[in-house]
Amino acid sequence: MGEQILLQMKNIHKKFPGVYALKDINFELHAGEVHALLGENGAGKSTLIKVLGGIYEADQGEIIIGGQKVEIHDVLSAQMNGIAIIHQELVLVPHMTVAENIFLGREPKKAGFVNHDKMTKEAQILLDEYDMHIPADSLIKDLTIAQQQMVEIVKAISFHSKILVMDEPTSSIADKEVAFLFKTMKTLTESGVGIIYISHKMSELEEICDRVTVMRDGTYVGTEVVKETTKDRLIAMMVGRELENYYTRDYQNPSEVILKCEDIDDGNMAKGASFELRKGEIVGFSGLVGAGRSEVMKCIFGLTKNYTGKIYLDGKEVKITSPVQALRAGIALVPEDRKLEGLYKVQSVEFNATIEVLDQFIKGIRVDGAKEDEITQKYIDMMATKTPSLEQEIGNLSGGNQQKVMIGRWLATNPKVLILDEPTRGVDVGAKSEIYSIMNELVKQGMSIIMISSEMPEIINMSDRIYVMANGKIRGCLDHTEVTQETIMKLAAV
Amino acid sequence: MQTSAVTKKIKTYFKDNLGIIVAFLVLCIFLSVNPITSSSFFTTKNLFNVLRQISTNLYLACGMTMVIILGGIDLSVGSIIALSGCVAAGCVSRYNLPLPVAILAGLIIGLLVGMFNGFVICKTTIPPFIVTLATMNIAKGLAYVYTGGSPVRVVTKEWQFIGAGYIGPFPTPVIILIVVLIITAIIMNKTKIGRHMYAVGGNQQAAEFSGINVAKVKFFVHAFSGVMAGLAGIVLASRMYSGQPTAGDGAEMDAIAAVVVGGTSMAGGSGKIGGTIIGGLIIGVLNNGLNLLNVNSFWQYVVKGVVILLAVFIDYIRNKKSK
Repeated sequence: MGEQILLQMKNIHKKFPGVYALKDINFELHAGEVHALLGENGAGKSTLIKVLGGIYEADQGEIIIGGQKVEIHDVLSAQMNGIAIIHQELVLVPHMTVAENIFLGREPKKAGFVNHDKMTKEAQILLDEYDMHIPADSLIKDLTIAQQQMVEIVKAISFHSKILVMDEPTSSIADKEVAFLFKTMKTLTESGVGIIYISHKMSELEEICDRVTVMRDGTYVGTEVVKETTKDRLIAMMVGRELENYYTRDYQNPSEVILKCEDIDDGNMAKGASFELRKGEIVGFSGLVGAGRSEVMKCIFGLTKNYTGKIYLDGKEVKITSPVQALRAGIALVPEDRKLEGLYKVQSVEFNATIEVLDQFIKGIRVDGAKEDEITQKYIDMMATKTPSLEQEIGNLSGGNQQKVMIGRWLATNPKVLILDEPTRGVDVGAKSEIYSIMNELVKQGMSIIMISSEMPEIINMSDRIYVMANGKIRGCLDHTEVTQETIMKLAAV
Repeated sequence: MQTSAVTKKIKTYFKDNLGIIVAFLVLCIFLSVNPITSSSFFTTKNLFNVLRQISTNLYLACGMTMVIILGGIDLSVGSIIALSGCVAAGCVSRYNLPLPVAILAGLIIGLLVGMFNGFVICKTTIPPFIVTLATMNIAKGLAYVYTGGSPVRVVTKEWQFIGAGYIGPFPTPVIILIVVLIITAIIMNKTKIGRHMYAVGGNQQAAEFSGINVAKVKFFVHAFSGVMAGLAGIVLASRMYSGQPTAGDGAEMDAIAAVVVGGTSMAGGSGKIGGTIIGGLIIGVLNNGLNLLNVNSFWQYVVKGVVILLAVFIDYIRNKKSK
């Protein structure tokens, strides 16, 4: 691997009204390397990438590509300079074919009309070159997320891009597809492309990245060679201090069974799951994507109406066919996909925090504003949420703080059983650790928690017991004293 | 404590609506100092006249604000005006029913069409645009069928009181408007269903996870919009001394314009009735001003379109800057 410097970003500054987003950032990318960009949410990673991609213009600083200073004013000039960005939210046109997407805006023409045959043929050659088994004439909407990502990559290659930026490409694809993505990335770097890789997942760094640059609060912290550094050191660089207790957990002796479910079956993904939850314990639900974990919980929370099976709460059978009934019975669910299923993005923190408990301060047409503030403040404090004010639009908070508001929203309903579906997805390390210690505090006070998580370390370190699911059924239950990644995987992979 | 909360609210109101408030004031000042209109614009008679004219548009806009906050649209309101006006007028002149019964009949007509809209929108995934486009045609058609195409005349004094009369010095429609605005503001800001509207419009899936009865909210909002249109139909028919099947043609567009100029996002999830009021006032004063200036009525459309675009553009620029 050569040490040829592909890209240098020197002393980059960027200010927004009220926020100093980038302070004197330096970044360097070699040809043929995968360079990770690491930092908590709000550290300035995306801003830096947007400067590189021409979406924002830097106030100060210079960008040097291949030894020459370049000016990047807009997306087009970024493309001209060989920069391609694959955003977290894919930007393909769903109702057009793969080939049409790849050549969008520069379609091969024949007598003024688009030459479809030539376009499809050329696209197929590109796709085949990287062993992607995708027909060039299939519609984007019929592809999986992972396949769509591949199309984005091919599109970038077709521009002869030398610098490829990937923003959390693995956040929504399965393990097998991740392996293929990494293989494709290796092929690319061997041909001299430099890849900037943004990810929250530490484990991926070792697997795919050569160097890592850490950012914090809009400043440059340092660059490390992945092989010569440790996870602890990187976390310390990200949060600015050593996290002593990343996981806080005081195991107790859980007492009586509070929730018992028998043969929960939604006729689709959940196929007869039975389990118990005791007072004061955290029960983890592990399994591969598609194992039916979220689907079982959706039955218990009443989001799925036509399911079979029995639910016992405090020993009595309860009928739950709507979230309202679940909440009344004392079951709350914090959904998996915050953006899609939780947030009212254009509304305030206060609106978001209190939407479940309007009854507590709205009586008929009398709104008790003081009570509303009090409830909001209580859960903001409890969750250690950082927000400039209660009126702040929630969309402007970081992912971690949004998640804290979400958890607070359902805690406000005073549940006996709290179901957390991927509670720390897209949450930065500092906030993650805080969420863990709050979970610990809650069970100490006698609440019972079900946690669905795809993060092995999290589920192993936080749960009293772990149910492992596969194909809609419970495959086994492991106690925290005996659990390892291997025992979980043995049960999960069927 | 109490007063500071109120002043804070007033402050945010002005801050949120600065663009259109300035546009409105500029318009008023222009009409007050312009030599052609200075003698006629700023008179009690003319101002009451303006308010009377915008009343019906603002009844519609109250319902439309809620519908648009839900992320939908209600195209049927203009046709409901025609149908409810004709039926109410018919009750008086054809069947000799007492006035309250006629009013009730008009309101019920609006309610029924609105409930039908709401029912179809809740039970299917057909977009509100299509559903209300259909009911727009149905209601308009029924109005023509009922009247045979000619106006239903009513000449009684009581009938004219609703749209053309006065309570004290104030035109009746304006008094009705104040009541309607208070009711709308209370529903939107002070009730659970009000909050639920913003939640459903902002993120329907999240609303389902929040245990909100999404169908109930949609049904209520469309029914409310229908009733408002029914009311507008009665008031308009009273003002014109007759129920006319052509009444309310294009009224839905004026209502949408008021809502959008007032800062409510067509994407749903945000918007305030306070903004809609200013939006309605701008459109009303503009119409009035153009008439006073003797602008050719064909050109009035052009000017109105440009002003709508400008008013929305100001807020667009401001929002872009603050982000």
